[in-house]
Amino acid sequence: MFNRVFKQITVGVVLSTTVFTVHAHSTSVTGVGASFPYPIYAKWASAYKAAQGVAVNYQSIGSGGGQQQIIAKTVDFGASDDPMKAADLELNGLFQFPAVIGGTVAVVNVDGVQPGQLKLSGPLLADIFLGNVKKWNDPAIVELNSGVVLPEADIIVVHRSDGSGTTFGWTNYLSKVSSHWQRTVGEGKAVKWPTGHGGRGNEGVAAYVGQLKNSIGYVEYAYAKQNKLVWTQLQNRAGQFVQPDHNSFAAAAIHADWQGTPGMGVVLTDEPGAESWPVTSATFILIHKKQAKPDQGRAVLVFFDWAWKQGAEAALALDYVPLPQEVTDQIRAHWKTAFTSTDGSALWQ
Amino acid sequence: MRSWAHKPVTSNHSTSCSLNSHASADSLFKGLTRTFAFLVFALLAAILASLVWGSRETLMAYGPAFLWTNEWDPVNSVFGARVPIIGTLLTSAIALLIAVPVSFGIAMFLTELSPPWLRRPLGTAIEMLAAIPSIIYGMWGLFVFVPIFQVYVQPSLVNVLGKLPFIGGWFAGPPFGIGIFTAGLILAIMVIPFITAIMRDVFELVPAMLKESAYGLGSSTWEVMWKIVLPFTKSGVIGGVMLGLGRALGETMAVTFVIGNAFRLPQSIFSPASSIASALANEFNEAGGMQKSALIELGLILFLITTVVLALAKLLLVRLSRSEGVKT
Repeated sequence: MFNRVFKQITVGVVLSTTVFTVHAHSTSVTGVGASFPYPIYAKWASAYKAAQGVAVNYQSIGSGGGQQQIIAKTVDFGASDDPMKAADLELNGLFQFPAVIGGTVAVVNVDGVQPGQLKLSGPLLADIFLGNVKKWNDPAIVELNSGVVLPEADIIVVHRSDGSGTTFGWTNYLSKVSSHWQRTVGEGKAVKWPTGHGGRGNEGVAAYVGQLKNSIGYVEYAYAKQNKLVWTQLQNRAGQFVQPDHNSFAAAAIHADWQGTPGMGVVLTDEPGAESWPVTSATFILIHKKQAKPDQGRAVLVFFDWAWKQGAEAALALDYVPLPQEVTDQIRAHWKTAFTSTDGSALWQ
Repeated sequence: MRSWAHKPVTSNHSTSCSLNSHASADSLFKGLTRTFAFLVFALLAAILASLVWGSRETLMAYGPAFLWTNEWDPVNSVFGARVPIIGTLLTSAIALLIAVPVSFGIAMFLTELSPPWLRRPLGTAIEMLAAIPSIIYGMWGLFVFVPIFQVYVQPSLVNVLGKLPFIGGWFAGPPFGIGIFTAGLILAIMVIPFITAIMRDVFELVPAMLKESAYGLGSSTWEVMWKIVLPFTKSGVIGGVMLGLGRALGETMAVTFVIGNAFRLPQSIFSPASSIASALANEFNEAGGMQKSALIELGLILFLITTVVLALAKLLLVRLSRSEGVKT
């Protein structure tokens, strides 16, 4: 008796799992790439699964891996923190668009300095990270911060030791504001740091800055907030000192020249606008323009369309900044002409 | 009676049968185990080949100069292995300098001096140290050890040792807490259980008669250890030290946490640097092109360093046993 009941249950479970798997398989998309946006993509994916029943599987394997995998066509979309160059996009038949925005902030550990209190300018930051400004009471720092008591102590520079999109944005900014930095160090996901200590990952840099007195480093805004680190103001291109927050990140995105940049590959550093945060960065999605399986390609577009419309709150809760409406409208307009299935019909109307 | 007589016959018969099948099973087993053994060689060769293939770009571009070039500049695609090689060797050397005497002391205490009731808990505690995953050591090192070391220990080390003539420069520099010395110290803690366990095991193998005779002749514990136990067990002791060195050379996560990860030639043992393993852990994920090739060549270098160290250890053992023969 018991056996029979058990068997029936087992059969039932097996049947339902089979049905479920087949169902899920027919409507699921896969993406791999950057680790920076992983929390928000995962959050969007679970909300999307609940709302629309379509599974989006995203694995964070790093931006380089995301670019390689989408070129190899093993996934439906790739994700990358540093935009792919226009020539490479053309060569591989890929279309690129930004998905979400984040900000990078300078964090310091100096006795008596409160979050958002210290003011720094771009050229000064470059001098600190070059090792040219060595002491916290250097006249260049004191000049910008009258009223703040700064110690006569060596500045300990902390940078990322692993290759990362955060470092790319940071060094890209320093290259834009300091010709000396551009000549001697340059920009990249990993660079030859002239001075300082390297921490592994945002958490590593956050740990070093949290522990080493008189240190300065850079982390994604979310890490600075969650670890209660002391972030600084930065002077933007318009000459204004701004605080890092959702508004100043979004301001940078609005002022960016999305249309004029090939592949929408704007690096959102040193953007114009009185309110713009100078070290903002977008993270990008890569999809093949020609789709042999148009349903899969369309499913990716539908997901991001949904995420922009419904996922803003989730993004803000995780300290990301949703793309401004103006920008997403431009992207959707591009989609109409960018994607075709192999029979020539457009993927997005 | 008859059945009794009959029984051995059948059992004999069945034994010969099973002997036959044993023989074929034996040869099968022999072949199988031999295959497994040769699989190790095949794997080793395959790893070496894929490392060489993966690093062909930098091998051809830089040649042997890769070994002594200071630069590590991913932006301009200039790579050299000098800093990570120095970092790897220095941290491992510091680790052994600290770990070998400490392990010797622990093993000596456990086998010769400890009251019997304390041996088991102490031995277990040391074996437990070996079971802790390396990332835990790294996190403990960074979050617990480094702040204490930076504030209370390092400044006095810099003040006292930094003033010594000639070698003072090795201990100079601002006290950051993280750097080569800290990495070596954490490594020492990680390899102590390995070296200690082997030393204790080989010390216990020394025949009691040898030790008792020495004690009977009026030797102190130190003399017994130094003149009886150590000569008797030296190959085992060296084997234990080499095992520890092997672990120290290849340790990745713990070192990455506390070494400071800078690609600059260290000025003192308190400077931040990189080891080969930490460089791989840091940069491999986002590397491409020349950088990836350079990282794989770093892996090849680590492979060769480990092989050379093992070969030297074997050579040392052979020479030691030869000199033993001369003495007697």
